[in-house]
Amino acid sequence: MFKTEYILLIVGMGLVTYIPRYLPLFILAQRNLPRGFIEWLDMVPVAILSALVFSEIFLSGPPRHLDMLQIKSLVAIPTFLIALKTKSLGGTVISGMILFWLAEKIS
Amino acid sequence: MGRPISNDGRHGPKDPYHVGFVLDGIKAAWPICLGYLPLGFAFGVLAQKAGLDLLDIALMSILVYAGSSQFIAVAMISGASAPASIILTTFVVNLRHLLMSSSLAVHLHGEGKGFLSVFAYGVTDESFAVNMAKFRDGGWHRYQALAVNQMSNFTWIGSTILGGYAGQSIPAGCYGIDYALSAMFLCLLTFQLRGRQYFLTAIISGVATIGFALIVPGNGFVIMASLFGATAGFALKRYAQRKRGSYV
Repeated sequence: MFKTEYILLIVGMGLVTYIPRYLPLFILAQRNLPRGFIEWLDMVPVAILSALVFSEIFLSGPPRHLDMLQIKSLVAIPTFLIALKTKSLGGTVISGMILFWLAEKIS
Repeated sequence: MGRPISNDGRHGPKDPYHVGFVLDGIKAAWPICLGYLPLGFAFGVLAQKAGLDLLDIALMSILVYAGSSQFIAVAMISGASAPASIILTTFVVNLRHLLMSSSLAVHLHGEGKGFLSVFAYGVTDESFAVNMAKFRDGGWHRYQALAVNQMSNFTWIGSTILGGYAGQSIPAGCYGIDYALSAMFLCLLTFQLRGRQYFLTAIISGVATIGFALIVPGNGFVIMASLFGATAGFALKRYAQRKRGSYV
């Protein structure tokens, strides 16, 4: 990829990332939100993070397919327990990486 | 902490650049930074393997600043995808920030445009999770929240450059680097499991993700499943409230 093309790519990626981050703050922070909407928003983070986790550990590809019993999903069990127990982001990331590394070596 | 700051965060001490705010922000952000170090490092290594130089890596981390989409973009660059399709994928993958910013807007009610445009830059899965928890507990000021965003941002940029630098001497797939992102998401998910309703929502959203991923082509399935899961969770919550007669 040429340098200018790469710069354009990065700028494009930056723009499409920034706009969804900015617009709701700009529009919604100026007005009162209905209570139901706020309650719905309260459910959004857990839904997003669970969607990200499931797509990371249960899907393989390309072509995309379901793979319930792969190293990623098996390692997720102890990693999840470590996260629950320690509540430490850094500790969980490092233990998850080490567990995955070991599991790949053994298998 | 312990300072008389009200919940809406705008009636605290007069000086908005109070050093204590920055320190509180750093205190709240350090778990994110600790998570970003291996994650950013992993990204840098993978990006270097895909042929990006240090300047490319730094530019991407500064201008895009969104971990998972950066990982995906690097994979697509190695696969020689067209720039337009990389940008479109980035857009879809990062559209979830729309929902996060919407949630954060509740706590940044009535802030100025200047502050909001700077704050928006730092909205990530991680800073969002930490700031929302802090806002919910009360006593969290907008500048403390901004400090969390920017500390995480600087750590991300630094660690990705470091990874790009070290990548020259690290073989591909080493040290479980491929698992950094999954572990990060797993931990952030546990922070959100604050009760049965949230747990149920997580299950619904997760199962929906698999369903949508297998049925719908493209990368929109995470957003679709998130919207579906949040709506189902909200409906369940409303139903439970009505059943208990505590509906308001």
